[in-house]
Amino acid sequence: MTTNPKTGTEAAHAMESRAESRLTGNGLTLAYDKRTIAENLTVPVPDRSFTVIVGPNACGKSTLLRALSRMLKPVSGSVLLDGQDISSLPAKKVARTLGLLPQSSIAPDGITVAELVARGRYPHQGLLRQWSEGDERVVGESMAATGVADLADRMVDELSGGQRQRVWIAMALAQETPLLLLDEPTTYLDIAHQIEILDLCAHLHEEEGRTLVAVLHDLNHAARYATHLIAMRDGKVVAAGAPNDIVTADLVEEVFGLPCRVIDDPETGTPLVVPAARARKRAQL
Amino acid sequence: MSVIRFTGRSVVFRPRSLAVGAGCALLALALGVLAIGSGDYPIGPADVLSTLAGHGSVAQDFIVNQLRLPRVVTALLVGAALGLSGALLQSLVRNPLGSPDVLGFTQGASAGALVVVVTGGSSLALACGAVIGGLATGGLIYALAWRQGVHGYRLVLIGIGVAAVLTGVNSYLLTRAQLMDAARAVLWLTGSLDGRGWDNARPLAAAMAVVVPVVLGLGRALRMIEMGDDAAFALGVRVERVRLVLLACAVVLASFAAAAAGPVSFVALTAPQLAKRVTRAPGPGLLPSMATGAALLVAADWGAQRLFTGHQLPVGVVTGVLGGGYLVWLLATERRAGRI
Repeated sequence: MTTNPKTGTEAAHAMESRAESRLTGNGLTLAYDKRTIAENLTVPVPDRSFTVIVGPNACGKSTLLRALSRMLKPVSGSVLLDGQDISSLPAKKVARTLGLLPQSSIAPDGITVAELVARGRYPHQGLLRQWSEGDERVVGESMAATGVADLADRMVDELSGGQRQRVWIAMALAQETPLLLLDEPTTYLDIAHQIEILDLCAHLHEEEGRTLVAVLHDLNHAARYATHLIAMRDGKVVAAGAPNDIVTADLVEEVFGLPCRVIDDPETGTPLVVPAARARKRAQL
Repeated sequence: MSVIRFTGRSVVFRPRSLAVGAGCALLALALGVLAIGSGDYPIGPADVLSTLAGHGSVAQDFIVNQLRLPRVVTALLVGAALGLSGALLQSLVRNPLGSPDVLGFTQGASAGALVVVVTGGSSLALACGAVIGGLATGGLIYALAWRQGVHGYRLVLIGIGVAAVLTGVNSYLLTRAQLMDAARAVLWLTGSLDGRGWDNARPLAAAMAVVVPVVLGLGRALRMIEMGDDAAFALGVRVERVRLVLLACAVVLASFAAAAAGPVSFVALTAPQLAKRVTRAPGPGLLPSMATGAALLVAADWGAQRLFTGHQLPVGVVTGVLGGGYLVWLLATERRAGRI
């Protein structure tokens, strides 16, 4: 980022943030083919946080998540997991530490809920250790935590969108990873199911002490649930911190180009973004 | 799912898949015994079994072990190889149309064989030509479909395109062949087990001895890839590496099968679909598909020999008619069920 050598305090800061963060994107340059999405992006994920990445379409938030989950290899820079370059670690070992709920997964037709959730145990298994008592217990717990235990013997393709998403989350939970990344987990769900999924995420974060990183579209959801918010625009982090500290009308305008007011959410006291009325928007144009 | 646990080790299996796999394998072997027993000199199943065990008369020993057994063994191996190849490809491209005859590997093997026919090579050279043609086509399709990894639908589309090109090449090669060679080539192109001996079975058996254990070892990773590349990757599967290895295995199986019996159509397409419907498992099972393929091909070959008295059909004609009919029925029912 800078050609000057780091000052002592900056270096200390960097050390400190690394110590608090098991997962860090370090100087990432990300590109698909030749198209560069982000340059020199440094993103520490605070431990035991519920980190939410927000930003307008095509700002690089999903790309960043793909890089953090080692699905996209950075052009330069590295993703550090427990201080080691994630691309140098064995795939199964990473999968025991870092889980991911992809945006779209395919449920094989004719698979039951229990069978699908059981596949989350794959990184813990081997050719001669295919299904231990521990696997069985964890799968049961994961289904209970996501409220799909009653559906265990149902076919996944018979379920509603919200139920299906909870099943996929149960599969990710069965992976038993301290870190869990979620790529737009509420897309395609109605408002009630969106809140249900986010409440579940908050529960996993608070009660089970997992570190969660999610990409969300809805800024208000992000501000309500996140403990650490990362706002991105054009491949750059515009602001990062607790929603109460960083979400202001100016920031929303800067990131989304949306004139608005920010008020306190009457339910939770978190920032609530209220887009400006048409008249005021016209006046600004 | 059932589990067997023993001193910290555990193995999972689906009882239904296991039963279907074992049942089909037994059926294939039983059909094989019947096929060995039937012909101009009929032998009862009991006599066939005792002759196979080495207790038959000299005449029976000659007919069973020298004349008819190699053909049946070749049929079993080719059927199993095609069934497994089809199951692998259908899983890898997540599409029931994924099979070596749709994706162009079979046409590639045919092109290789036809080049040998045109240049007047021996049967051994023809088999080598088929293997080389199949493997080269596999490599070509993979290279063309590669773009930061290979995705299922791209592989299918490019495969169909390459298959179309190769079909044209094959027609051209046929026009360049001498009349005698062309007749031999056409017979080979329909897929035939006529006059197949140990020389045809042996290379395929050797290839399967290497490939099948590799495939079974990666079977669990393949199940994860069925859920999408991202999901499999998240679970710690090295998706691209596993896919490359399994694709190579599928191509090797299809190429060696074609080298042994010619491009027998539709077995690779239908066997995994049949197995999937009977086992009711998610995704095409590997072992049940192998057993179903073997049973299908032995049955088809038996039919090809018997359907028209005094007139043997190439087995590819029977599998083509049966398989094509089955495919149409499959598409019609799927469409009625609103899935396509």
